[in-house]
Amino acid sequence: MSDEQIRSLEEQFEARIARDEKIEPKDWMPEKYRKTHIRQMSQHAHSEIVGMLPEGNWITRAPSLRRKVALLAKVQDEAGHGLYLYSACETLGISRDELYEQLHSGKAKYSSIFNYPTVTWADMGAIGWLVDGAAIINQVPLCSTSYGPYARAMVRVCKEESFHQRQGFEIMMKLAQGTPEQKEMAQDALNRWWWPSLMMLGPTDAASTHTEQSMKWKLKRKTNDELRQQFIDQTVPQADLIGLRIPDPDLKWNEETGHYDFGEIDWEEFWQVVKGHGPCNRERMNARVGAWEGGQWVRDAAMAHAEKKENKKVKQAI
Amino acid sequence: MKDTLYQYILGIADNCLILGQRLGELCGHGPSLETDIACTNISLDLLGQTRSYYQYAAKAKGGNATEDNIAFLRKEREYVNVLLVEQPNTDFAYTIARQFLFDVYHLLFLNELQSSTDMTLAAIAKKAIKEVSYHERFSSDWIKRLGDGTKESHDKMQKAINDLWTYTDELFHQTLADEAMIIAGIGVETSKLREAYDQQVTDILTEATIAIPDTKWFQKGGKKGIHTEHMGYLLNDLQYMQRTYPNMEW
Repeated sequence: MSDEQIRSLEEQFEARIARDEKIEPKDWMPEKYRKTHIRQMSQHAHSEIVGMLPEGNWITRAPSLRRKVALLAKVQDEAGHGLYLYSACETLGISRDELYEQLHSGKAKYSSIFNYPTVTWADMGAIGWLVDGAAIINQVPLCSTSYGPYARAMVRVCKEESFHQRQGFEIMMKLAQGTPEQKEMAQDALNRWWWPSLMMLGPTDAASTHTEQSMKWKLKRKTNDELRQQFIDQTVPQADLIGLRIPDPDLKWNEETGHYDFGEIDWEEFWQVVKGHGPCNRERMNARVGAWEGGQWVRDAAMAHAEKKENKKVKQAI
Repeated sequence: MKDTLYQYILGIADNCLILGQRLGELCGHGPSLETDIACTNISLDLLGQTRSYYQYAAKAKGGNATEDNIAFLRKEREYVNVLLVEQPNTDFAYTIARQFLFDVYHLLFLNELQSSTDMTLAAIAKKAIKEVSYHERFSSDWIKRLGDGTKESHDKMQKAINDLWTYTDELFHQTLADEAMIIAGIGVETSKLREAYDQQVTDILTEATIAIPDTKWFQKGGKKGIHTEHMGYLLNDLQYMQRTYPNMEW
């Protein structure tokens, strides 16, 4: 294809996105669009799968049968999200094995929030309320992103995430209304998860490398700083409602802007965790790689068995 | 009579609770995303069944019994699950073998429990049997895949079956509560399920090229609350919150 032809295809492509048309797997797309989508969608899928671990940590210790069942179902939803996000990613011509390989080698990233430990039951509440809350803010705009399979997957993901968020808030509310010990547990969880949740919305706009292009492709509709502000504005009244204190002495309602002002985020900590040196980066990767390598013989057996069955069928047919 | 009914329900429900708890340990660590989801699903089904049984047991017991204090606040000697279900997730072959050896029994059991004269138990059985027939299909399929897969998977599956076989006989032992409930038309005569169980297990294992263990030595005790050494650790996790923070709502 000549340069001119490619330019013309690119123009048509950008025009389709501008008209809010969906791009489908078999449509022509610029290589950069394909790569950016593989990067973002797989990062999202990996986050779901790694995100199962900190919550999975409390399944065997949940305090009531109702909570145990709800937590199991939640973690299972995350596995489901991972599954259809990987599938959506595969429509761009990359296999699930390759995507896993990128995760295990450290080439692909996942949400840094999952590198923090879950040390009390209240962390199940804080993750649902804050982490899923921040995730929804990030993800709702993706329901109308330009790549069809991703947009459709996100519609379902967002429905389930919003259920998880309410479930997490309800855990916190129950604790906050409970005994002094329970209330302390809830406050401690909020103290530990608040700042990492703000970091989840990504680096400041000035430091964000992907924003401009992603906005154009509708992979992003608002900047990180706008999303962060939205998250804070929405969450502070919820904390007030259940009598918990946001651990930020600089947090203050600003009449003029109509938003909350908030304190400085510790970006040094953010980059430390992103670069692989958070409290649980190593544990999370060991758990993923361990499950994958430990399961190799199972996957091999399934393949071998399927082949044997197929051969038998062929023999019978002859 | 109410106390016997309570004991009888525990004899059914504790199996679901303990196996559900064991499967819950695996969530996020499965050999593939699909098997991970399936094992979590089975765990969810079993814990859902547990809740139905315990809610009914709490009614039978009366006083301040609740599904949660039945699930979390008994002593180890008061849990009456069979030894099979408390065995650890040594590897995926053990997980599947344990599941299969229990599922075949569970399905036969629920099939009979559906015609219990106790309407609540019959209703729980009718709902649960749909779930358990899926469990049995899942575990049977994996027995075949691993048994008749590679040499490595065959050897692992054979070892798992050999090790767990010793716990199968207990499934058919009848306790005093069982016998009283059979006479009352409520309980299932488990000793009568033996023949069908042996036949079905043999058929699947044979298809999976797994040899039937020829041991004549079996373990028992779970139904009397005498467990293997694994049980205490499982209960440690299960009861952690309720023991550390007694008398609180969650």
